[in-house]
Amino acid sequence: ISFIPYLFKRFQNFLPFPGRIERFTFYLLDYNLCFDKQVVYMAVVGSFPFNSFLSGVLSCIGTAVLAVCLRIQVNKDNKEFKDVAPERAFADFILCNLVLHLVIMNFLG
Amino acid sequence: MASPESTINGPTKAAGADSKSLRNAFGGVIAFIILVLIGVLAFSIRLFSVIKYESVIHEFDPYFNYRVTQFLSKNGIYDFWNWFDDRTWYPLGRVIGGTVYPGLTLTAGTIWKVVNSLNIPLSVETVCVFTAPIFSAFASWAAYLLTKEVKGPGAGLTAAALLAMVPSYISRSVAGSYDNEAVAIFALVFTFYLYIKTLNTGSLFYATLNALAYFYMVCSWGGYTFIINLIPMHVLLCIVTGRYSSRLYIAYAPLVVLGTLLAALVPVVGFNAVLTSEHFASFLVFIIIHVVALAYYIKGILSPKMFKVAVTLVVSVGLAVCCAVIAILIAVVASSPTKGWSGRSLTLLDPTYASKYIPIIASVSEHQPPTWPSYFMDINVLAFLVPAGIIACFMPLSDSSSFVILYIVTSVYFSGVMVRLMLVLAPAACILSGIALSEAFNVLTRSIKFQLPGIAGNSTSEENGSSSVVAPSDVSKTEKTEEVAKEKPVKKNRKKEKENVEKKPTPSKTERRLLVLPLEASVIAVLLLVLLGAFYVVHCVWAAAEAYSAPSIVLTSQSNDGGLHVFDDFREAYSWLSHNTDVDDKVASWWDYGYQTTAMANRTVLVDNNTWNNTHIATVGTAMSSPEKQAWEIFHSLDVKYVLVVFGGLVGYPSDDINKFLWMVRIGGGEFPHIKEPDYLRDGQYRIDAQATPTMLNCLMYKLSYFRFVETDGKGFDRVRRTEIGKKHFKLTHFEEVFTTHHWMVRIYKLKPPRNRIRGKTKKSKSSVRRSVSSKRDVKGKRNPWH
Repeated sequence: ISFIPYLFKRFQNFLPFPGRIERFTFYLLDYNLCFDKQVVYMAVVGSFPFNSFLSGVLSCIGTAVLAVCLRIQVNKDNKEFKDVAPERAFADFILCNLVLHLVIMNFLG
Repeated sequence: MASPESTINGPTKAAGADSKSLRNAFGGVIAFIILVLIGVLAFSIRLFSVIKYESVIHEFDPYFNYRVTQFLSKNGIYDFWNWFDDRTWYPLGRVIGGTVYPGLTLTAGTIWKVVNSLNIPLSVETVCVFTAPIFSAFASWAAYLLTKEVKGPGAGLTAAALLAMVPSYISRSVAGSYDNEAVAIFALVFTFYLYIKTLNTGSLFYATLNALAYFYMVCSWGGYTFIINLIPMHVLLCIVTGRYSSRLYIAYAPLVVLGTLLAALVPVVGFNAVLTSEHFASFLVFIIIHVVALAYYIKGILSPKMFKVAVTLVVSVGLAVCCAVIAILIAVVASSPTKGWSGRSLTLLDPTYASKYIPIIASVSEHQPPTWPSYFMDINVLAFLVPAGIIACFMPLSDSSSFVILYIVTSVYFSGVMVRLMLVLAPAACILSGIALSEAFNVLTRSIKFQLPGIAGNSTSEENGSSSVVAPSDVSKTEKTEEVAKEKPVKKNRKKEKENVEKKPTPSKTERRLLVLPLEASVIAVLLLVLLGAFYVVHCVWAAAEAYSAPSIVLTSQSNDGGLHVFDDFREAYSWLSHNTDVDDKVASWWDYGYQTTAMANRTVLVDNNTWNNTHIATVGTAMSSPEKQAWEIFHSLDVKYVLVVFGGLVGYPSDDINKFLWMVRIGGGEFPHIKEPDYLRDGQYRIDAQATPTMLNCLMYKLSYFRFVETDGKGFDRVRRTEIGKKHFKLTHFEEVFTTHHWMVRIYKLKPPRNRIRGKTKKSKSSVRRSVSSKRDVKGKRNPWH
């Protein structure tokens, strides 16, 4: 059980990532919360209209996934992406988000 | 050519670099020219039917697509989305907007609109006829891109050339075959190309493009489920074989989310994108890849000892949660009778399913398993180049080559289930054969080059029966096919390997020796391979010209004096219908001819090729199998005015309704138990000669096909069944013949109006299962026996 405070201490050491990376973690946690709220709402109220539920849920998942992808690409420790400039990664991220949200808005009904 | 630079390394390296770049550019131009030529080849090999017959739409399904495109071009896209078609499946109608895959029609409609706005006056029919060849040229270019990502540009060009000509693809994309697959195969190969590109580069840009290409595929064809199951399988394979990387995550995760959303946008798919079992694999692997990604991430953060503790903790918790989720999933899925899969997908998984439960799916000739000769007919030489390609993919094995191997294995299995899916096998076979041929040429030409006098080489020549490929010197980076893709012409590849050989005269443990074949053997082998290619080309052109270019709406045969005799009976019948009947008249026929009737004759039909309502088709089948009076009653209750029958006995046309009769009996008998198949069989066979059963000789199909047939040659000899017919002289009591085409191939009958005066009392029906009707009768006699 002493594993937990050890983990916490290690995590604190890791937390001062270069500022952007740290924000990612909270960004992702926030989306996770949003997703859970939607699922609970659906479980309580019922799944009509289904397309709105689907688009809401998938938008949460989608942006979370894209954020993870961006983080993978921007992380300097990641040797596979040395030759990809972070600006390019960010531009791709914006494009992908654009497409995702266009589709979501169309599907929202 | 080489400008001398004052570098430390001297001018030789600069000259080498310049000549390399010049060779690069030269190779690039040649590759471009070859690609243009391949596109022209793909387009022109499909034009045989236009040259031999005319620019007409073939077969049955394309007529429906043509009609939908006509509607789209006339009324615009909003009306198209909301179109409810009341001229088919009378009286049910059909929601076109929600049941048709819009990709093909939207593509052709867009092309037509763009071309017409440029003031080139192409009609809708011309655009429809030529859409397929254009998109097959695009498909071969997409195959070039895909194979270039896997192995290199040489393999890419070979694969593109093979795909341009492969007969299986020609058969479904010939000019005039305006069907979904024409566009869908291009979308399939392009989606796979973008997936591999994302896998190789790890860029989100290509991931977005991949999702959009997948959307286009979903719009085009029901076979998109193949993509959404193959890619998760490949991801799983990569994870299991230890090839997980963050590029895999970027390639897969956005595709699933965006792809599901986009698939749900298409009305045909709708919520099936999340509810049917065909998509569950993608979600499952989505969860799995997240778990694996998390595991790798935590492994990177923690020390090994702590990681083990964390792993045991997480695994125990995770397993409990997993079991709960899987239990719920299984309960949900098992509660539906088909376990959540659609009928056609179940047929793919269990090939005997359709024949047991859904005779309609079993009756379509495209859904039968293929025979061995059809493999050789359809992919010819590629059939034995594919195993060589599989071996070539294993050295070196990268993510992309493992994907191609998985693709070929699954498509070979599915093509063994249904003939129609040989089409999915074709691109895979071409890719792998392209790889095999390119590697073979690599080795052979390298052998020749090394052994020509004047070229220094430390390579040892060994007797070697099989060809093998040398691994690049940096074996650790074999996964990075980016490097292979960056080297443009094949010549440069060989030059680099030769330099490697010269630099490392003693082969290291991780590097193979450069194997070279003797000079004469290499020359002969090159010649033989070229000959093989020549045979392939000859076969493909023959297949395109003779086997696959027949528009089944027009038939030809050689007449006695060597001329071509044309049987244009179908169009004759449809034009008769459109000129001599009222617009609102309903025509009943077997479902094969529904699309053509609505498109060409412009009359309402009862059932058509969409076959979505089994009961309605069974009603028509029952009517065709019943005696005249019952058939008249069934048709009268459905407001039918004309009945159309296809009869091939006079000319020997084998696909007529009497040959399809067994399906009418089976499908009708599946829904209405009073139709029993043994009633029509004599010794287990359907016969129409004197040995036929009385039920058979009395049924509507027999009577409508053979009415007055004996007048043609006095004996009533049926050329298809090769016997004389059983009942020769009979009269029709409830139908009257209104039109028979020139060669007696299509016969149209009209329902006689009900009698005004009934002689005698009303009789009870003699058939065994019928309910007794009340004695009161309407004057008009519109009794509906089905209520």
